[in-house]
Amino acid sequence: MGLFDKLKQGLGKTRENISRGFDSVFTPNEIDEDFYEELEEILIMSDVGVNATGEILTDLRARVKEKHIKLASDCREALKAAIEERMELPEGAYDFEKGKAVVLVIGVNGVGKTTSIGKLAHIYKSEGKKVMLAAADTFRAAAGEQLSEWADRAGVDIIRGAEGQDPASVVFDALQAARARNADILICDTAGRLHNKKNLMEELKKIHRIIDREYPGAARETLVVIDGTTGQNALIQAREFNESAEATGMIMTKLDGTAKGGIAIAVQSELNIPVKYIGVGEGIDDLQRFDPEAFTEALFDRDDEKEENKDADT
Amino acid sequence: MAFESLTEKLQNVFKNLRSKGRLTEEDVKAALKEVKLALLEADVNFRVVKQFISSVGERAVGQDVMNGLNPGQMVIKIVNEEMIALMGSETTELELEPGKTVTVIMMCGLQGAGKTTTAAKIAGKLKLKGKKCLLVAADVYRPAAIKQLELNAGNMGVDLFSMGDKASPVDICRSALEHASNNGHNVVIIDTAGRLQIDDAMMQELEDIKRETGVHKTLLVVDAMTGQEAVNVAAAFNDRIGIDGVILSKMDGDARGGAALSVKAVTGRPIIYVGMGEKLSDLEQFHPDRMASRILGMGDVLSLIEKAGSVLDIDEDKEKEMSRKLKKGKFDFEDYLESMNQMKKMGGIAGILGMMPGLGMGIKQQDLENAIDDKKMARTEAIVLSMTRQERQNPDILNPSRKHRIAKGAGVDISEVNRLVKQFEQSKKMMKQLPGMMNGMGKKGRFKLPF
Repeated sequence: MGLFDKLKQGLGKTRENISRGFDSVFTPNEIDEDFYEELEEILIMSDVGVNATGEILTDLRARVKEKHIKLASDCREALKAAIEERMELPEGAYDFEKGKAVVLVIGVNGVGKTTSIGKLAHIYKSEGKKVMLAAADTFRAAAGEQLSEWADRAGVDIIRGAEGQDPASVVFDALQAARARNADILICDTAGRLHNKKNLMEELKKIHRIIDREYPGAARETLVVIDGTTGQNALIQAREFNESAEATGMIMTKLDGTAKGGIAIAVQSELNIPVKYIGVGEGIDDLQRFDPEAFTEALFDRDDEKEENKDADT
Repeated sequence: MAFESLTEKLQNVFKNLRSKGRLTEEDVKAALKEVKLALLEADVNFRVVKQFISSVGERAVGQDVMNGLNPGQMVIKIVNEEMIALMGSETTELELEPGKTVTVIMMCGLQGAGKTTTAAKIAGKLKLKGKKCLLVAADVYRPAAIKQLELNAGNMGVDLFSMGDKASPVDICRSALEHASNNGHNVVIIDTAGRLQIDDAMMQELEDIKRETGVHKTLLVVDAMTGQEAVNVAAAFNDRIGIDGVILSKMDGDARGGAALSVKAVTGRPIIYVGMGEKLSDLEQFHPDRMASRILGMGDVLSLIEKAGSVLDIDEDKEKEMSRKLKKGKFDFEDYLESMNQMKKMGGIAGILGMMPGLGMGIKQQDLENAIDDKKMARTEAIVLSMTRQERQNPDILNPSRKHRIAKGAGVDISEVNRLVKQFEQSKKMMKQLPGMMNGMGKKGRFKLPF
């Protein structure tokens, strides 16, 4: 199964929900205010948020005017373009994967940090890199065990601390180990923290400082994990995490449900933190690099899905 | 932040609504438009919002506007009441089976909603009430889930039942029930694995557990940060398994928690607890009124309205008199004292700021108290009270000898008296220069007095 198909399969539900709505809107009728209102409803129902929805629609109106589009059914491409433009990855988004890198994974509780790290380790490992994990979530009960389990599955080394140990010291140990064992990528798990807990956000800053000081040559990648079912609060989460830990990318998890993950569009267009990976299932292979074109394509492309279903049937 | 722009918008809407008497359709429409945005920003489901807005609208048109409120505020008041009513007017207790029957509670929800943590918290709560609980580790899928429950159970001093991750969840639950009746447990809490509501096999598993063990209470754990998806999740779990109550987790974050309203609207089931922190003791009763104002995102602006209203009822004449004086720049220490008293009635500066939207949640009480000292206000009051009536009405006569007497009377240093008088003179000057500002301030004017 190609990457695109896998993404599409993962996004099946997302697409189904958005597209079903879209299909009923893109009728061969003239564009009127009702059309925009219906689009607004669909976008908001997909967690895109009031602001981003407004921007997308303004953008769409401009495109409609510029291209002299008359019929609602001809708006599909224009809307697609408007959304895709917002989801584009900056150049060199995955450069950190090429050399030595320290990947710090952060986020609120229960978004799927530990699971995502297991899958990330698997991706890098299967690309022939030497990967190490650092279990710096010393707060949640059994978080270390959970990550160990993933380390076993992916077949990579793990550095653990004791429960209640200073997470920064675990990271410190892991950095030494990563340098000594010449690891390519060190991925650090952190405890889930609500972004409004000040002392916990300070802790992240401390971890950052230690990475910079102890391993200056390595690229530093900070990935904020956002649960795909999260609503508008994800914007505040991303903003706060970005402020204390300079997020360089997002991992959007749990997109295999019916959640529409539209909040990704809001976060990226308002904060410019690009989605770099998406989680579409519980299996170790179910984390993928983000492809904006495929993402948008998959949201809209209904015909392909029908064909795919036919293929599956035969 | 979203809150600020929202409140600003509301204020602008209110400014334009000056009609008195009954709420007209325009009043309602204008205010509800903002309410709609507020609810959407809070992640209340779009369809729920639409329904809610239209039913509130119908109720609101033609209602009398309460004294001291403007039409916009009146609409918000109605919205608030309706929301509280919708979420259940009072707190709901988790009811246990009577007599010697073992109550079986099953936790369910999406991955990462907080089931395991919540299960342990409930066990801890019931333990305090003298119940003997048994936590059952039925999540055999997520790595280390059993270990997590085991550690949490240990922390709470509650018994754990586990058969490892090789047995089937249904078998585990069946055996757990046996274990419970053999060992005198009266509550069994089953921690199930997180699952997607569209995962047929996993949903079947919950059905099987429920059927096999005769679960009494099925509790759905919903993350307070959940977006539009909350309705789909709640509806699917309720239709397939049937839920008896909802627990809203991660409420100690700053999510407005619109999911609460959505879930309640689609399932009709009460919200029983809210998770307010990471510690096992941080599981609190659900308060519909607090939730309503949080979702509306207007802080407790409503209680501010109400409080201001009740103060106004008595002091409306004084209020008018004062704003007249303010405009003319004829403002003396008597007025100063009066406005200070009004302020106290409303719970001091810290109290008022705490009620303001955006401030209440964002700023810690401690920071507030550091910034604005109600004690300092008491000292100021003492100084003013130590003046004679003549001095208060005509501050110009304050000479060093009078100031010495005042300082002694108030028990403060003379420098403090000097500072107050100086400040007072300055702000008086400022007010004279800014008569335009006073016009626009209206009722809010007294909050900007120079303390």
